[in-house]
Amino acid sequence: MRLDWEIAKVGWRRYAAYPWATAAGIFTNTVFGFIQAYILLAVYEHRSDVGGYDATDTLTYVFLAQALIMTVYMFGWQELALRIRDGSIATDLSRPLDPQRYWLAYDLGRAPYHFVFRGVLPFVFGALVFAFHYPTVPDAFAFVLSVVLAVIVSLGFRFLYNSSAFWFVDVRGVMMVSLTVSLFFSGMVMPLSFFPSWLRTLAHALPFASIMQTPIDIWLGKHHGAALVGVIALQAFWGLVFLGLGRLTLRAGRQKLVIQGG
Amino acid sequence: MVEPVLLWRRLVGAQIRSQFQYRVSFVLDLAGNFLISFVDFLAVLVIFHNVHRLGTWNVREVAFLYAFSSISFALTDLVIGHLDQFPQKIRDGTFDILLVRPRSTLFQVIGSDFQMRRLGKAIQGAIVLAYVIGSLHVQWDAGRIAMFVVMVPAAIVIFSSVWVVAGCLAFWTTDGGEFANAFTYGGNFLAQYPIDILSVWLRRFLAYIVPLAFVCYFPALYILDKRDTLGLPRFVDFLSPVVALVAAGVAGVTWQFAVRHYRSAGG
Repeated sequence: MRLDWEIAKVGWRRYAAYPWATAAGIFTNTVFGFIQAYILLAVYEHRSDVGGYDATDTLTYVFLAQALIMTVYMFGWQELALRIRDGSIATDLSRPLDPQRYWLAYDLGRAPYHFVFRGVLPFVFGALVFAFHYPTVPDAFAFVLSVVLAVIVSLGFRFLYNSSAFWFVDVRGVMMVSLTVSLFFSGMVMPLSFFPSWLRTLAHALPFASIMQTPIDIWLGKHHGAALVGVIALQAFWGLVFLGLGRLTLRAGRQKLVIQGG
Repeated sequence: MVEPVLLWRRLVGAQIRSQFQYRVSFVLDLAGNFLISFVDFLAVLVIFHNVHRLGTWNVREVAFLYAFSSISFALTDLVIGHLDQFPQKIRDGTFDILLVRPRSTLFQVIGSDFQMRRLGKAIQGAIVLAYVIGSLHVQWDAGRIAMFVVMVPAAIVIFSSVWVVAGCLAFWTTDGGEFANAFTYGGNFLAQYPIDILSVWLRRFLAYIVPLAFVCYFPALYILDKRDTLGLPRFVDFLSPVVALVAAGVAGVTWQFAVRHYRSAGG
């Protein structure tokens, strides 16, 4: 536990070291938030409800999604794949520390940094212009728990597609497909409530909704009582599935690993 | 005038040859770019699943904007690259090398990042365009054909100019390269939709000061025979090439100013 804590601190510091990158990211997320907010507001000129979301819900959704985008690290993470490709993974595997545990601890240190420094300000800028929906106190606690689980699901998934590097020399193809599917079905590109009902059903059956749509729905107060416990349990389930599959591929990859030179 | 073009062809030719060395990687990259571009288009379709019109625009008209923006964005990305390697050069001081070579620094930065895989997105845009163009019932007279031909080059020049200016920020904020993303990816996102649905302040800033409205919106108004709901005079529809030239001038001056500000990290 002590070790995990130290690794988590490294994860935090790695990103805290570049304040200008953080400022730039806040600016970009804010700009994207406003563009998307006005596009979706135009939809509400013709109707007052889309898939159970009113205009306030949707605006809140857009800015929460921008706030969470770095926390759950939606865009290409390939550190593990690069370590497999250049052979550094051999060093990692010979350490008395499991690589998956290392990356999980590291990511759980990185995520709070991004949550506080990349997430809060874009949301505040949005709140200066638009009226948002704010959660009740119990929902706020559930939201935080749900975001933690979303980070675990996301890391589990990223670890899994990164470990395809044991079999492919170039993982960019696998990465692109993984990214496309997860961006679309997580609700990052568009709230799942805007989807046609059949596509929404499909999206909720896939693990990716747990990365973005679920925590935001909790913030918006869309789940109560048993349903709330249910969606959080589902996130935990998908986290375990991905981490479990990651373990299996790591074990299989270890058998397969051939290090060139070194 | 001829010499830089020849040099550029040699630089780009070398990069293309190197990219074709790893054929499978290249095809996968191209396919990946093609595929991921569909996510944005799916977003358009999802929106129009819920409404028939966005402002005064129907799905085919927005698809037209989308296709033009995507093609222009992808070709800009192909030609000038994403300028995302040069902040790295500033950080580690290797920008010095560009300064001592007998060619302009901008030319060297632009000529060093030609990635054929970026055609994947352009192909996707072209497919969307081919799919909607027939159903738009455009009256193809000489003026509209001329606009159609000029539109993409003008858009590429505008996008390039905006990216160069945004990229200049890296001279001041060595690790702030992501500022540019708001204008590159953000610009593409904005240009895919009619700008009259934006609020006034965002429109003034992103559409007119950063002239992204001239990438697709105004040329499309003319081709699709639509009126600007904001009541701007019709000649504005034809200003894109002029705006492109002005933007290029501004970008050139800004770049020179920024380079003069450069202090080596001592690479």
